[in-house]
Amino acid sequence: MHRLSEEYEALRKSVEDFAHDVVAPVIGDYYEREEFPYDIVRQMGRMGLFGLPIPEEHGGMGGDYFALCLALEELARVDSSVAITVEAAVSLGAMPIYRFGTDEQRAEWLPRLASGELLGAFGLTEPGGGSDVPGGMRTTARLDGGEWVINGTKAFITNSGTDITGVVGVAAITGERNGKPEISTILVPAGTPGFTVSKKYSKVGWSASDTRELSFSDCRVPAENLLGERGRGYAQFLQTLDEGRIAIAALSVGLAQGCVDESLGYVRDRHAFGKPIGAYQAIQFKIADMETRAFTARLAYYHAAEKMLAGEPFKKEAAIAKLVSSNAAMDNARDATQIFGGYGFMNEYPVGRFYRDAKILEIGEGTSEVQRMLIARQLGLNDL
Amino acid sequence: MEHARPARAPLGDGARRGERQARVNTGGRRLTMKSGINIVVCVKQVPDTATVRKLRAEDSTIDREDPNSSGVLNELDEYAIEEGLRLKEAHGGEVTILTMGPAKAAETIRKALAMGTDKAVHLMDPALHGSDAVQTSYAMAQTLKKIGFDLVILGSESTDARTGLLAAMLAERLGVPQLSLANKVVVDGSAISIHRVTDYGYDRVESSLPAVVSVVEKTNEPRYPRLKEIMAAKKKPVTTFGIADVEIDPGRIGLAGAYTEVAEFAVAPPRAAGVVVKDEGDGGVKVADFLTSKKFI
Ligand SMILES: Cc1cc2nc3c(=O)[nH]c(=O)nc-3n(C[C@H](O)[C@H](O)[C@H](O)COP(=O)(O)OP(=O)(O)OC[C@H]3O[C@@H](n4cnc5c(N)ncnc54)[C@H](O)[C@@H]3O)c2cc1C
Repeated sequence: MHRLSEEYEALRKSVEDFAHDVVAPVIGDYYEREEFPYDIVRQMGRMGLFGLPIPEEHGGMGGDYFALCLALEELARVDSSVAITVEAAVSLGAMPIYRFGTDEQRAEWLPRLASGELLGAFGLTEPGGGSDVPGGMRTTARLDGGEWVINGTKAFITNSGTDITGVVGVAAITGERNGKPEISTILVPAGTPGFTVSKKYSKVGWSASDTRELSFSDCRVPAENLLGERGRGYAQFLQTLDEGRIAIAALSVGLAQGCVDESLGYVRDRHAFGKPIGAYQAIQFKIADMETRAFTARLAYYHAAEKMLAGEPFKKEAAIAKLVSSNAAMDNARDATQIFGGYGFMNEYPVGRFYRDAKILEIGEGTSEVQRMLIARQLGLNDL
Repeated sequence: MEHARPARAPLGDGARRGERQARVNTGGRRLTMKSGINIVVCVKQVPDTATVRKLRAEDSTIDREDPNSSGVLNELDEYAIEEGLRLKEAHGGEVTILTMGPAKAAETIRKALAMGTDKAVHLMDPALHGSDAVQTSYAMAQTLKKIGFDLVILGSESTDARTGLLAAMLAERLGVPQLSLANKVVVDGSAISIHRVTDYGYDRVESSLPAVVSVVEKTNEPRYPRLKEIMAAKKKPVTTFGIADVEIDPGRIGLAGAYTEVAEFAVAPPRAAGVVVKDEGDGGVKVADFLTSKKFI
């Protein structure tokens, strides 16, 4: 049931080779310098990775969301910074424009986003809260003379401040409906006056990715920059985030598998008490557990993606996939670092990087608590 | 380890015949670049250099059907494909993949098509098993004469046998110029020029088309297959020829008639530990003595 078709397998292999040949040799240096890897991004663009789920008529590869997930898993097996750059650009940046945008918006942005010439971003989270989006939202947009005037601040926005950032979808309160805030998404091109991007955060992990705070001060964009219908912003990002969870799950599985890959090599070479450390059962069992976690988490995201592509409800499956795979990534990163001993604590070893990159997976695009809330709600426990 | 045997039949004879035929089919034709360049890239499936390679005990040939060893597209051929695709993008035309190998080589054809080439020809026949470089060049030349070409591009060698002979042999048999070891290829109308890598830099070599070019490693950045082309690859035409289809004389191919034979083979011994020179004031002399003893200086 979960065997990859010939095309998916060829894509997976192509990205595996790319990650191994192009990303692995250089990413450690970018990471250490906290530098955005423009050259790798250019090559990922040439490979079509930013256009995987986007139809060919919009400049994409004509694949589906699962193809994107396979690519993210293979990238994250080697490095999560580049994987999250693709994930945020495609899943959060380009896909909402493809799904909800007008013909003009699609024509303006999709070809350049799908080719990786420009990166997209999505600004939802605010300093006041990410889990409770409507409750924490302060950013507003009001119509004035045919233009939206945006005011407010967004926190932790991926891909928002690179030299090639093209457009940010900004969720903002555009009024009130039945006593509740009316939320809409507005496309704000990079460089619009009144839209400023802070300097990069200093992060625990994902150090070669671009994450910034955004502020909007009487930032004006044309009324046509509204994405989809006014007042549909909340529904739009719920849909975007449901899909995004499967993508983050794939990325997490990649990291979990990368921990196994690295450990398998190391335990053959490293000797203690006269034997390779891999000869000791304590180490073997750790690796067996790691492989089991990566494997079962992969099944969970394959299953969620399968339901999604079949057009069936997949909210619960996506939440489960994200929950188990981010757990697997965290557990495997801890175990792999343990297996590497002191070297595991050194940034020059990939597992040190994996350790730093794993934690955010339990936080971004819905914390583990939020996933549990979603699963419980799908089980009907909210009506109690 | 291949040990040469005395040649059984004079190679020149066959090659000459091939040459005359090639003139008829390609050599005499004036190229009209309006329709672009008809490029054929020769590729080979080789055992993955990352895995342990196996030779068959019974005849000392590479076990190309071993399900455990994965066959991959010869790495150097990726540069040849990329160069073909670039020339096509610049001048128009078509890139055809030509491979000789067993059924399993179809995997390699798919990969080459997924890189964006247009179609493929698979020369496959049990009688070809065990053919050495001389025989392979004959079989490939017969196929090239049948399908026609303006430009044949090859990787400079394959990572399994590493003879590096095919480009020269093909050019001779086809009666067209050979431009070898290129790291830069430029086509201008019906003229071609390359940079041939040398120890001291490069030579610029020019000729007219049709021609045979071999490219070296790092000539370009071979593209990774993209999803769009991976999906399109399924629909691209792959023609399979047996030896009769391209008029290959069965007596001139195959293990029994090979000009070379693998007499024996052994697994390479693990690398011995290096020599550590301790500097007690005479370190320089010791290093120099060592290098002299190994004939490095
Ligand atoms: C590197 C990075 C990149 C990011 N990229 C983006 C981006 O591109 N776009 C974007 O919009 N956002 C982005 N984010 C933001 C991210 O999605 C949020 O950080 C996340 O959703 C959590 O929100 P918060 O940080 O406000 O935490 P809070 O919502 O304040 O949560 C704090 C803690 O309380 C828990 N909690 C909250 N409510 C409940 C409850 N009801 N029951 C139990 N526990 C609860 C949470 O699980 C968490 O443990 C990024 C964050 C990081 C760190």
